[in-house]
Amino acid sequence: MYTQALNVKDEGPALVDAERDAAFQARIDRDEKIEPNDWMPEKYRRTLVRQISQHAHSEIVGMLPEGNWITRAPSLKRKAALLAKVQDEGGHGLYLYSAAETLGTSREELNDQLLTGKAKYSSIFNYPTLTWADIGMVGWLVDGAAIMNQIPLCRTSYGPYARAMIRICKEESFHQRQGYEIVMTLARGNADQKAMAQDALNRWWWPALMMFGPPDAESLHTDQNMAWRIKRFSNDDLRQKFVDATVPQGHHIGLEFPDKDLKFNEATGHWEFGAIDWSEFKRVLAGEGPCNRQRLAQRNKAHDEGAWVREAALAHAEKRAARRMMQAAE
Amino acid sequence: MTEKNWPLWEVFIRSRNGMAHRHVGSLHAVDATMALANARDTYTRRGEGLSVWVVPSNAITASDPAEKDMLFEPTASKIYRHPTFYEVPDEVGHM
Repeated sequence: MYTQALNVKDEGPALVDAERDAAFQARIDRDEKIEPNDWMPEKYRRTLVRQISQHAHSEIVGMLPEGNWITRAPSLKRKAALLAKVQDEGGHGLYLYSAAETLGTSREELNDQLLTGKAKYSSIFNYPTLTWADIGMVGWLVDGAAIMNQIPLCRTSYGPYARAMIRICKEESFHQRQGYEIVMTLARGNADQKAMAQDALNRWWWPALMMFGPPDAESLHTDQNMAWRIKRFSNDDLRQKFVDATVPQGHHIGLEFPDKDLKFNEATGHWEFGAIDWSEFKRVLAGEGPCNRQRLAQRNKAHDEGAWVREAALAHAEKRAARRMMQAAE
Repeated sequence: MTEKNWPLWEVFIRSRNGMAHRHVGSLHAVDATMALANARDTYTRRGEGLSVWVVPSNAITASDPAEKDMLFEPTASKIYRHPTFYEVPDEVGHM
């Protein structure tokens, strides 16, 4: 998921203050929100900074595979929609950085962690967008999977994070629908267009399922994060919800999922799916995905080449402020 | 880091006339003009507002959550500040 950070083991020191910890937990159990200046366990703070910033980094890096197609969108309508969507992703990153900063970590520090590779972003953005159909898949599957995770996070215990998620969820629904419409249009087009849509689904389906993170049996720290209401459903539960929602949408437009074990279980009412190749997931997380190096290089290039703009804007503001002071003194 | 950082601003938006400005988040900008432009791009892409305020974050003085009880608890016992504290006969009707 965008918050795969939760599956990373927290190695930092955990100062325990049993009395305060219990009072803190009681507040969360009463469904009270935690606000920036409230006391919180160090580990809660650290986990949130890691989760929210990874989420923000995912939004920012997620602009790259889609930005790749802005100049080649097939019509003005598609181009305008894609531009708006990519701008939204940038906005989502900013809401989230703003929420993370309320925990006392500066924007520059967070940005630095992304650029040096110290912080992670979602594994999904290390896959390439090879054809226009991939842009449809990113909206339909990637944003669809993100929504599954983000809707419960609207009720997460940390106030600024919950408020950012509410704004994001409102906007995300447009993303998924525009993606599905792209896929549907191709699936109903000529044989080549339909083949393009099917090929894109074949490549994106499994990585989309991996977005939810490792199976519950291997997921670290789930209990603590559930108790803190930072995480509200398990990886496997969310993955199943996504499969159940998505498979009928694909079948409706005549696409086949690349999983020979996929079948509907009448008794449970769920779609059963085949084994996920977790070795691929681990490779991508470890930096060996198809585009890891390219994504990080692009972010670093943009940051470095923008340095003079940041400096010039600051120098200009300082000059103007100084002039105002002079005029006021006269 | 050699670069000097851009200051932090808090953003408040009035969603429509008749409503108060409400805090929506923060952003970084070199001055008030840029903060307003960034606030518009970041927080009002779908008609969320008719008016934006930006305030340097360090200009805000906030109460300390640790003093919450001292500051706000005393009002809980002053029930005579609420209309329901006073008895008015039913026959008098709505007051």
